[in-house]
Formats: sequence, structure tokens, C-alpha cells
Amino acid sequence: MQTSVKVHKKKFGTLRRYKGLYLMMVPGLIYLLINNYLPIGGLALAFKKYDYTKGIWDSPWNGFDNFKFLFSTRDAGLIIRNTLGYNFIFILTGTVFAIAVAIILNEVRGKLSKKVYQTFILIPYLISMVVVSYIVFAFLSADSGFINNSILDHKINWYMQAKFWPFILVLVNLWKSFGYNSIIYYATVIGIDSSLYEAAVVDGASRWQRIWHVTLPGLRPTIITMTLLAVGRVFYSDFGLFYQVPMNSGLLYDVTTTIDVYVYNGLILLNDIGRSAAAGFFQSICGFLLVLTANFVVSKIDKDNALF
Amino acid sequence: MVQHDRVQQTVMHVFMIILTLCCVLPFILMVSASFTEEAALARDGYRFIPEHFSLETYSYLIKSAKTILKGYGMTILVTAVGTLSNLTLTILFAYPLSRRDLPYRGVLSFILFFTMLFNGGLVPTYMMYSNIFHIKNTIWALIVPSLMMNAFYVIMMRSFFTSSIPDALIEAAKLDGASELGVLTKIILPLSKPMIVTLVLMVGLNYWNDWMNGLYYVKDQNLYTVQMILNNMINNIEFLSRNAAMFGADAAKVNLPTIGIRMGIAVIAVLPVMIIYPFLQKYFVKGIVIGGVKG
Repeated sequence: MQTSVKVHKKKFGTLRRYKGLYLMMVPGLIYLLINNYLPIGGLALAFKKYDYTKGIWDSPWNGFDNFKFLFSTRDAGLIIRNTLGYNFIFILTGTVFAIAVAIILNEVRGKLSKKVYQTFILIPYLISMVVVSYIVFAFLSADSGFINNSILDHKINWYMQAKFWPFILVLVNLWKSFGYNSIIYYATVIGIDSSLYEAAVVDGASRWQRIWHVTLPGLRPTIITMTLLAVGRVFYSDFGLFYQVPMNSGLLYDVTTTIDVYVYNGLILLNDIGRSAAAGFFQSICGFLLVLTANFVVSKIDKDNALF
Repeated sequence: MVQHDRVQQTVMHVFMIILTLCCVLPFILMVSASFTEEAALARDGYRFIPEHFSLETYSYLIKSAKTILKGYGMTILVTAVGTLSNLTLTILFAYPLSRRDLPYRGVLSFILFFTMLFNGGLVPTYMMYSNIFHIKNTIWALIVPSLMMNAFYVIMMRSFFTSSIPDALIEAAKLDGASELGVLTKIILPLSKPMIVTLVLMVGLNYWNDWMNGLYYVKDQNLYTVQMILNNMINNIEFLSRNAAMFGADAAKVNLPTIGIRMGIAVIAVLPVMIIYPFLQKYFVKGIVIGGVKG
């Protein structure tokens, strides 16, 4: 009995010693509670028939009705196809291009030019998707767009023809993100042990052989990690890219609606809370399972780069 | 061999120069439109070099600047307050986590870390912020949701503390009778300047460019930031042009901002970032490289 009191006292004493540190964490913990943990409880909305007069907690349960409704329309298949499809194309194009740029950036001579290239390729990353949508509009606007006026001899109504948009979106995404990814790969490339290159040169290796046998193997861990982490996020999409850039044009919905756009439109524009909540729930759960899987695979391959 | 190498170098430089142009030219199109006469824009469309140079856009923006100026003020206010709050929360959370001797450190790390794996998504977050915290149409809507603390940045900060600040330094300060907060503010923070600058830039950029919180929570035009003005303008134009038949002649009467003015506002929105960026490029790069693989 006495010892347990003593232990208790001792433990309490230690905690008191750390009071200052714990107090520091209180604001952050409150923020995480509000911004991250309370909404998780709100996922219950996916199983409720939302009633504005009753609020989240008092609205009646309706089991899987929202999901049945969601999956009975063709929307479900469409948004899942778009979200996953675009993400896989983005990962493929983005990775290949970024690695190519990183390698060229490393091979090219001239300190100043290297610096200039690095500075410029990051510019698209710095601007918001709203501004990107203005720029895309400057190119594609039917009446005054650069492409219709200065390149083509006939006018194409870009914002009304779905067939062009998979290409446009892949291109815009590549333009906006390749600099960011190239910089990450480039940082890995310059970290590769230079004695490996010297040895390769002594052995008479050509530039291609050096890239193939030294640079690419050196990049392997980064490529694997970056790709798997991206795969872990394939159920999420850049809302700005799919909502702003096509200007939420109804004629393009079939090729531009991802889960995030669908959830937003349902929630804010159509007031269809049930369907939106169901789609969001589906996204959260699939996203969670996938990120766990991806991280499990990373930790098997390369423990240092795993998130946990 | 040398000849061969020179050819390769040239090819690579040409490739990089083309790529660089691809990154810059779209902006030139935008800037050029803002310096072009409206009539010329309507006739010839967007051009890279303005054929009929004009400052009418900017003189208009300066004269009728009230909305724009207000929006600019809001952007600056939101960015400043948001960045400051974010950094405060991040540092205060990261420092205790970096202390190896902190009891329950594992649990606290997990609470932070779990937010990167799982989240409630837009619907519950939106419902909660608007129905429980009544954040709609307040300035808090632009500052608090999703942007005020980010687990990645906290982890970046924590790793910096763990790797760059020797434990002995903290011990010595505590022997001198410094409080935990004293240790943090007087000893740790001055040593962490490069990391803090990096985070200020990343977080500041997020706030400066944010339009999503505004889209979700703010309808009151008095609270519009520059990004929201841009977003709103394009929506109005799209709406009117799509429903032109329905509105008929009325659509023409509505005072739509001209192409030049729209592009002018977009230019103003990116200008500060473009001015600051070249000088602080190395911090941006650092933030990307450290945060990139993990983030």
C-alpha cells in the first residue's frame, strides 16, 4: 500500500517536473482536437439522414442508404475512375519527367546556369491554382485565347469538349509540379558519393553508363519512397486542379469530377449532404488503408524512409 | 570525345532553356494582357507581346482600387496572423516532442502523426466549423481551418531540434535556473533561425495562395482576399456567359471586369511572391527537400 503511494507520488513528481513542457503542447493539442479529431467523429454523417433543424448528432440514422444511393448512380464509378486514373498518370509522368530533369540538372555544366534553371523551374509551384486557371484560360478561352487566335485557324471551344481535358489536366499538373519533384530528386543526386563517379570514369564509362549504373541506382530509394507515398494518396486529388482549372464546366464533368470535386459540389452547391458524406467516408477509409499499406511496403524496402 | 561532350552539353542546355521558358512564358502572357488595350485584346486575343501597349488596366486598378486594396489588406493580414499562429503552435508542439526525456512522448507523437494518416474529410469538417464553431463569414474562417498547424511541419521542426541542438545545452541552461519556456525562447530559437525562416516561407505561401477556406466559408465580400476576388470574378464571368441566353441583354449591362483588369489583378496577386522568391530561393529549396520525401 505504502509503496504504491510512493510510486504514485514519484510519478506525479516527474510529471510535475515536465509541467512546463506539457503546457506548451496544450494549444497544439486543442487545435488537433478541433481541426482533426472532431471531424473524424463527424464521419458518422455518412450513416445519417441529415436534417438541418436537428444538426449532426440528432439527425436520424439511416444505415447504408447514403451508400446505396451513391453506388446506384453512375457517379460512383466515374469519380473513382477519374481519381485513381488521373493519379496513376500523374505519378507516372511526374516521376519520369522529374528524374530526367534532375539528372540533366546534374550533368549540365556551369554553376550559374544550374542555379538559374533551378530557380525558374520552381516558379509554377509557387502560384495558386486560381492563378493557374487564369493562365490556362488565357491560352484556351474560346474568343480571345492565345491558341484559338494565334495558333489555330479555326476556333475550338475548349471548355465544352471533354475529349481534350485528360491531356490538358495531365499537362497542367506536370507543369505545376515537376519543378518541385525535380528539386527533391536533384538533392538526392548531388548526395551520391562522388567517388563512385570517379571510379566509373576511371573504368572508361560513358555519360550514359554513368547515369545508368551510378545515378539511377543512387536514386532508387528516393524513387521508391516518393512513388509509394504518392500511391498512398491516390484516393485524394488536388481539388483546385480539377475544380478551378476546368472552371467547373458542366460539359466536362465526366472527365474532371474526382471524389473531392464531387464531395464539394454535393455539399456546397447541391446541398446533398448524404451522398457527399458517403463519398467522403469512402475516401477517408480507402485512403487510410492505402496509406498504411504503402507505408508497410516502404518500411519493408527501406526502413529509414518509412513514415512510421 | 571532347567534340561529343560539347554536343551533349549543348543539347542539355537547350532542353533546360526550353523548360525554363515553359515555366515563365505563361506568366508573360498574363502580364502582357494586363498591359494591352482592351480593344486589341478583344480583337486579337492574348499575345505574348502587347501590340497596343496601354496602362489603362493599372490606372483603372489604382483609381477604383477600393476592393482590390481591401482584398490586398485582407491577404496581408490573414497571411501575417496565420503564419504567426502556425509557427507558434508548431514550435510549441515540436520542442517538447524533441525532448527525449519527456514522459508519454510516444503517445503525444502518435496523436500528431495519426492526423497524417486519417482525417474526416470536407463534409464533417465543414459541418463542424460552420455549425458548432459558427466560423462562417468571420476572419477566423480564413485563418483557422486546416492551415494553422500541419503535422509535416511539426515533424520537420522536431527533427531539426533533435538533430541540431545538443542536449547538454538544454541541461546547462536548466542548471542555471531557466524555465522550459525560457530555454526555448532564449536558447533554442536563436539557434533555429534557418529552419524558422524556411517554415515561415512555406506556411506564408500557403496562406497567401489559399482560396479554399474562402470558397467554403466566406460569402461576405468585405472579407475577400485577393485570391478570392480572382476566384469570384472568374465564377461570375463563367456564370453570366453560360447563361447569356437567359439573361439576354441584361448580361451586357452587368459591369464585368475586362480581360485586362482580370489579368492585372492576377499579376498583382503573384507579384509579391515573385519579388521575394529569388532572394529566398535557398530556403524554399531547403523546405522542399526536407519536407519532400516525408511529405
